[in-house]
Amino acid sequence: MNREALASLVLAAGLLVVPLIALGLDDPFIVTLATKVAILALAGAGLNLALGFGGLVSFGHAAFFGLGGYAASILASHALNYEPVFVWPFEISGTTSMPVIWLVAMVAGAIAAAAIGALSLRTGGVYFIMITLAFAQMIYYFAISWPAYGGEDGLSIYVRDSFPGLNTLDPLQFFLICYVVLMVALAFCFVLTRSRFGLALQAARQNATRLAAVGIEPFGIRLMAFAISGAITALAGALYADLNRFVSPAMLNWHTSGEIMVFVILGGVGRIFGPVAGAALYIVLEHNLGGLTEYWQLPLGLLLLAVVLYARGGILGLVSRQVRHG
Amino acid sequence: MVEPVLSVIDLSKRFGALAASDHVNLDLMQGEIHALIGPNGAGKSTLINQITGAIRHDSGSIRFEGQEIGNLSVAERARLGLARTFQVSSLAPEFTVLQNVVLAVQAASGHVFRFFRPVLTDAWLVEPALGYLEQTGLKERSGVRTADLSHGEKRQLEIAVALALKPKAFLLDEPMAGMGPEGSKQLTGFLDGLRTEAPILLVEHDMDAVFSLADRISVLVYGRVIATGSVEEIRANEEVRRAYLGEEAA
Repeated sequence: MNREALASLVLAAGLLVVPLIALGLDDPFIVTLATKVAILALAGAGLNLALGFGGLVSFGHAAFFGLGGYAASILASHALNYEPVFVWPFEISGTTSMPVIWLVAMVAGAIAAAAIGALSLRTGGVYFIMITLAFAQMIYYFAISWPAYGGEDGLSIYVRDSFPGLNTLDPLQFFLICYVVLMVALAFCFVLTRSRFGLALQAARQNATRLAAVGIEPFGIRLMAFAISGAITALAGALYADLNRFVSPAMLNWHTSGEIMVFVILGGVGRIFGPVAGAALYIVLEHNLGGLTEYWQLPLGLLLLAVVLYARGGILGLVSRQVRHG
Repeated sequence: MVEPVLSVIDLSKRFGALAASDHVNLDLMQGEIHALIGPNGAGKSTLINQITGAIRHDSGSIRFEGQEIGNLSVAERARLGLARTFQVSSLAPEFTVLQNVVLAVQAASGHVFRFFRPVLTDAWLVEPALGYLEQTGLKERSGVRTADLSHGEKRQLEIAVALALKPKAFLLDEPMAGMGPEGSKQLTGFLDGLRTEAPILLVEHDMDAVFSLADRISVLVYGRVIATGSVEEIRANEEVRRAYLGEEAA
């Protein structure tokens, strides 16, 4: 087993064991933190597919994260108020069932990513970064100004959505749901990057001219990757809404896009477990330094600077002592 | 009369005041190696790029297997069976040698949107890829990262990738560029046999290779084809001597 695989295994085991120990020590807040790590890592895993494997530096993934969150809380609030989401042309009622909400969030994320991607993938480089940012900000301002679902104040979910056979209000059970979803998503990414599609996607990052010369349209490959990426990040958004039992336009803000990007870069761009390492470090720093000073993002910034300058492979790259990607 | 596999008809391309292609006519017949020679800056690579679709021509037409392809994208033309190599090797640098060829094999098979089965355990892709690497003498290097290959090996890999596309025509842009005399000789022998698989449009500066391989030669000067003919005709052509061959062939 190589060092990256070993480090990934340690991360997977650590993320599972820490909340179990914390519960034994009667510290349920740690369980909530671990849940947050799992969810944010999932959001990062979505972005990693586009940014790490496809070379698509999206600065607009908050759009998909927020859409997933709103999908969850809109469906839940309609269900709790016994109002259908809409009645024409056919009636759709709300739901508090997580699997249904996840499906809706992922479809919404994929459709939004396909639409945004279809327009922004015609550009590249800095323009791509700026256009994805612009689209995400458009959705952010739309959410602020649309009063139906709370506008600027956001929208609460009174009771956490349900999962068949489990008590989602129990912190450990909700953590386990998020953990399993994360592991399934990471396994999916692992398989995907080794498939025919994954080979073409990575070729599109390294040399699009070469990909076209063998007869594969880079645009189609990137668009598909962007849509899958958006779906995974939207799923994370739905879980995040359930964790906080609240969504607000802040989830759609460009700060969120930046944070998701930080998870990926800190942990290791283009490495399956990179976002897990990145999100874990981010939350640990936020929790520990945030208690000391409200300027805790200063050391985070310095750390990020060090990674970008000296350790392009992120934490996982450092551990596996091998730098990939320019 | 036999229809050419590829024909370039009255093709023109201007970059501002510069005529990169000036009413170029050129064709490629089944089973032949047609060499395209000319001094630096004559517009050889620009012509290849117009045929592959990387650069759009201003006027004229490009026909491939009886079909107008002038409006198709690079990838669409490649899927019809036009395989090119690049003057400066253009491969996926982080992939292994094998991955680069597997990419071409899967592209030729036409199924790219498959998300689950790992490519490198798929014998339908790996076996043919290893075959093409054996043909080009790179089989022992199949696990090496492409960026770590020597210059000559990258040139060989370009050829292996082109082979893997099972094309109906090869467009080889200076395949010998930067290769040692030994490598050039080997590649010349290899290309000699390749013409039976598909005709080759060969841009090349190595005159020994051109004269020993070409069935026909076209000479491009300032974007214009000043002569097309057999090796003897081109050697004997006064205008070509003056413009290009100079003392070398005298």
